[in-house]
Amino acid sequence: MLLLTCPCCGVTAEETEFHNAGEAHLKRYGPGSDDADYEAYMFARKNPRGVHFERWRHAFGCGKFFHAARCTMTLEVFGTYSAQTLAPPAEIAAKIKARRPEWEGYK
Amino acid sequence: MRRYSVFAIAREAMRQHNGWDRAWASPEPKSHYDVIIVGAGGHGLATAYYLGKNFGIKNVAIIEKGWLGGGNTGRNTTIIRSNYLQDPSAAIYEKARSLYETLSQDLNYNIMFSPRGVMMLAQTESEIRGYRRTEYANTLQGVETRFIGPNEVKRLVPIMNIHGPRYPVLGALWQPRAGTARHDAVAWGYARACSDMGMDVIQNCEVTGIESVGGQVSAVVTTKGTIGTKKLAMVVAGHSGHLANMAGFRLPVESVALQAMVSEPIKPAIDVVVMANTVHGYLSQSDKGEMVIGGGADHFNNYTQRGSWMHIEETTRALVETFPMLSRLKMLRQWGGIVDMTGDRSPIISKTPLGNTFINCGWGTGGFKSIPGSGWAMAELVAKGEPGPLAQAFSLDRFREGRFIDESVAAGVAH
Ligand SMILES: Cc1cc2nc3c(=O)[nH]c(=O)nc-3n(C[C@H](O)[C@H](O)[C@H](O)COP(=O)(O)OP(=O)(O)OC[C@H]3O[C@@H](n4cnc5c(N)ncnc54)[C@H](O)[C@@H]3O)c2cc1C
Ligand SMILES: [Zn+2]
Repeated sequence: MLLLTCPCCGVTAEETEFHNAGEAHLKRYGPGSDDADYEAYMFARKNPRGVHFERWRHAFGCGKFFHAARCTMTLEVFGTYSAQTLAPPAEIAAKIKARRPEWEGYK
Repeated sequence: MRRYSVFAIAREAMRQHNGWDRAWASPEPKSHYDVIIVGAGGHGLATAYYLGKNFGIKNVAIIEKGWLGGGNTGRNTTIIRSNYLQDPSAAIYEKARSLYETLSQDLNYNIMFSPRGVMMLAQTESEIRGYRRTEYANTLQGVETRFIGPNEVKRLVPIMNIHGPRYPVLGALWQPRAGTARHDAVAWGYARACSDMGMDVIQNCEVTGIESVGGQVSAVVTTKGTIGTKKLAMVVAGHSGHLANMAGFRLPVESVALQAMVSEPIKPAIDVVVMANTVHGYLSQSDKGEMVIGGGADHFNNYTQRGSWMHIEETTRALVETFPMLSRLKMLRQWGGIVDMTGDRSPIISKTPLGNTFINCGWGTGGFKSIPGSGWAMAELVAKGEPGPLAQAFSLDRFREGRFIDESVAAGVAH
């Protein structure tokens, strides 16, 4: 059972209160983009073994989306942060680096 | 390889059973193969078997990081059925189901195929409509299924409470020749037959890298050294994204945990398989008497083979309503497997961006039933370099072309 803290309303709760919404920081491609870019945006996923950045929604709380950094090999949650960012913020990266020195940084 | 038969048992009984061969060899890898298959689950082993049997390609290694069938093949609830909605799905799942009928004889290994019948409960109005539609589709596809009413359900499964209160049973889609098989035996039977054809089944050997020359695969790097190959087949289920990463491409696949559990053994109480898709509960009774219970998958990426408690709760809550007698049972074991989910809930059997490299994955929560058919189709793809009729629709480019094989609407969840 994951415990997550919603950065929007500050509530810490079990995962049953939240809904996972897939990989975070996708670059969006719309009409007019080429097929390969559009396909990659829609379907291709990193699905990494290790550090993963993902979207969550506080479905049975404030209802807002936020981001989390989590390890898919241990289920450790490194931290959660606002969805209004293009890349993980520095303090989240530092937290991950402290726990996973071999981590190569956000790519 | 000595054949297993009633005469072999009689002969061995007379000499303290000391004449049995090892079922398969444990060779060290050679320096080069015609085909390397990564992953000795059911799909990888079946691919190797049909490469040898249908195409005479026998210079083959199957490389497994753990033990034979230690992935999802040895972790599933063994439901076998073929009542899918879309034509390409019905074709490959029915091919698999029909191969299962005679697999014990083909492999000379008892895989305990038990066509005891599978029913998928309709517990909402929309499920009634959905399953009637599937019944008509199956009729056109030549797959034998029938929509039955609640009284027929009750007659087949007396321990079921069909009156709700939350979700009354309104009917069911019934496939009389669907059923179960012994999962380990499927892996072991194929492995024994592959080993007998001269193929190398190499366990405890992890693939850690893929080498290529001029856009064509040339070798795999493993914990037992670098091994050259002309062709490569990746058949690693939940780890497909990881292997694809080594080969330099991404997949439309996410890996999540799916759990199952078994109860203490009891006397025979139910002789068919019941699936309740709305409430996420699956039930059958094993030959040992344990109630085998499966449920819903987690929603987040996970490689730990450990799932969330909420899904165990959800599943038992639903099943206890439908099968009140279960409330008195103790659960013996619970476990998880990492399943590979695609966007349209259909598998991928395809060429890849890397030359002479092929992938078979995306079977998600329901690929035990398809092992023989998938191996059959994958062997043809690997041997010829082009997909045959069974594999064609399942290529990777369907995601670019928007040609989905949407089974998520048909089954809600797949098993
Ligand atoms: C709890 C549960 C219940 C299920 N219930 C059903 C059911 O009732 N009916 C049904 O049809 N399906 C069911 N499934 C799904 C089914 O189990 C799978 O779809 C199927 O077993 C997949 O087989 P596979 O051969 O592709 O994968 P696996 O059996 O997982 O084999 C892949 C193998 O690849 C190996 N591997 C991975 N990475 C590497 C590497 N780098 N190097 C070497 N080897 C590697 C793994 O160790 C593994 O042994 C269920 C699954 C689970 C988890
Ligand atoms: Zn919140």
